[in-house]
Amino acid sequence: MKAVELENIVKTYPTKKTTVTAVNDVSFSVEEGELFGLIGPDGAGKTSIFRILTTLLLADKGEAKVLGYNVVKDYKAIRDIVGYMPGRFSLYQDLTVEENLEFFATIFNTTIQENYNLVADIYKQLEPFKTRRAGKLSGGMKQKLALSCALIHKPKILFLDEPTTGVDPVSRREFWEMLKRLKAQGITILVSTPYMDEAKLCDRIALMQDGKIMTIDTPGNIVRQFGRNLFSVHSENMFTLLNDLRAFPQTESCFAFGENHHLTLTEESMAELEEYLLVRGHKNAAINKIEPGIEDCFMQLMKSPSQPFPNEMAF
Amino acid sequence: MNREVVIKTDKLTKKFGDFIAASEITFEVFKGEIFGFLGANGAGKTTAMKMLIGISKPSYGKAQIAGFDVYKQTEQIKKNIGYMSQKFSLYEDLTIKENINLFGGIYGLSGKQIETKSNELIIKLNLYKEADKLVGSLPLGWKQKLAFSIAILHEPKIVFLDEPTGGVDPITRRQFWDMIYEAAHNGITVFVTTHYMDEAEYCDRVSIMVDGVIKALDSPAELKKQFNAISMDDVFLRLARGAQRGD
Repeated sequence: MKAVELENIVKTYPTKKTTVTAVNDVSFSVEEGELFGLIGPDGAGKTSIFRILTTLLLADKGEAKVLGYNVVKDYKAIRDIVGYMPGRFSLYQDLTVEENLEFFATIFNTTIQENYNLVADIYKQLEPFKTRRAGKLSGGMKQKLALSCALIHKPKILFLDEPTTGVDPVSRREFWEMLKRLKAQGITILVSTPYMDEAKLCDRIALMQDGKIMTIDTPGNIVRQFGRNLFSVHSENMFTLLNDLRAFPQTESCFAFGENHHLTLTEESMAELEEYLLVRGHKNAAINKIEPGIEDCFMQLMKSPSQPFPNEMAF
Repeated sequence: MNREVVIKTDKLTKKFGDFIAASEITFEVFKGEIFGFLGANGAGKTTAMKMLIGISKPSYGKAQIAGFDVYKQTEQIKKNIGYMSQKFSLYEDLTIKENINLFGGIYGLSGKQIETKSNELIIKLNLYKEADKLVGSLPLGWKQKLAFSIAILHEPKIVFLDEPTGGVDPITRRQFWDMIYEAAHNGITVFVTTHYMDEAEYCDRVSIMVDGVIKALDSPAELKKQFNAISMDDVFLRLARGAQRGD
């Protein structure tokens, strides 16, 4: 059985003037035990998909199942077996850490003791603050408590909507280590994130933009499908280098990427490029062929002509 | 070369009761520099930034922003800086033009100046068709680019950006940085916080705060050398792993 199945799901939100299509004919499935990532910016449709799968929102069209249960007919059965951590902190701010966890255990007819082993790893870090009100916790601790509350009834599937947004790199890394340990215990995990560097930590990912899935595969396969050579270019003046590279006639795309610029060419005439950069005052420009990352692939896919709004704006 | 200093702090400190949110912060930022202000959640970045923009009075220490004192000249500071954050930027239920007029007015520009600036901005951002549309109807990436343009409408000496690129797609994120580069190139100092470590690499210099203290301050290249790290992500992890406090 598939852990999650979506078939041609459409979700629109009418506004006064127009109708926004949040999820536009999305189909995919997730295997049991998989750590599956929905990767994309705000407005990609990630939250709508999570809310449809957790039976909190009805789709306009299409069918969705969670562990074989239909999200419309069998919503009660689904609610017993899924854990959901929404993007916005949704615990009771005026209950303490322990009261929140106890509350969620109680609604699922269980106790903290019964499933303590599942949350122990995460909850241990919160225990010194168990009498503190949830509203008074730090961002990182709220995130850990929310995950504990989503886990306390021993769900078969965990839905985590942008659990690491706005979280610093250290806490993000710790969070992903926790997810790996949960996966090892056999829990299927669907997680969304706007951080492309987290994509490689998933078994499979869907790259999403404007309600559509641009591609869906393992991170390794997505990178292999990049289909062109990618070069990193560095010189002393990175700002002028960026403009100069973009003006180079054979440039297909050029983006700033941390300490280097990433470049793809329509025609690989490296000697010509080196000469071109030298003439423009870039001495010691370093050009190296590199492996693309998920973010390179994401941008490549975004540039395909199916984009609904123009990406290139004149500055 | 004698570079003009636009931000200068000396042992700037903020205490909340016994808790020292920002402890004896001392640094300088130069004109036209892109300065990255990094730190873990709860490290004290927001507290420090609030003191710098003149909305939170320091407990002790000194700071001059665009030549004005953070204790006595907070109004002058506000006139000489721009500010943009992911959380507060523009009024969604006003049109693009109305937002430009409103902020132009708040920054003290004349009607004529506002008109000129407004036209320039609409041409630059290619927003002719959208000029009379509500800001709320624009895609997030456009909103953020517009918010940045409005934050520098009055040609401030310094613009403060608090996690400006959260939630946008990777292409828009880079277009946003193109605008930052351009502003810096035109002499505006950019003071920016971010959780994207690749963005830290775009800065001329970065500081990393841990538990209220600036633990490192240098160019990304120097920091990587100093910490024998391959990336800024690596530098950050090495410094912030030992942090005691969360936010």
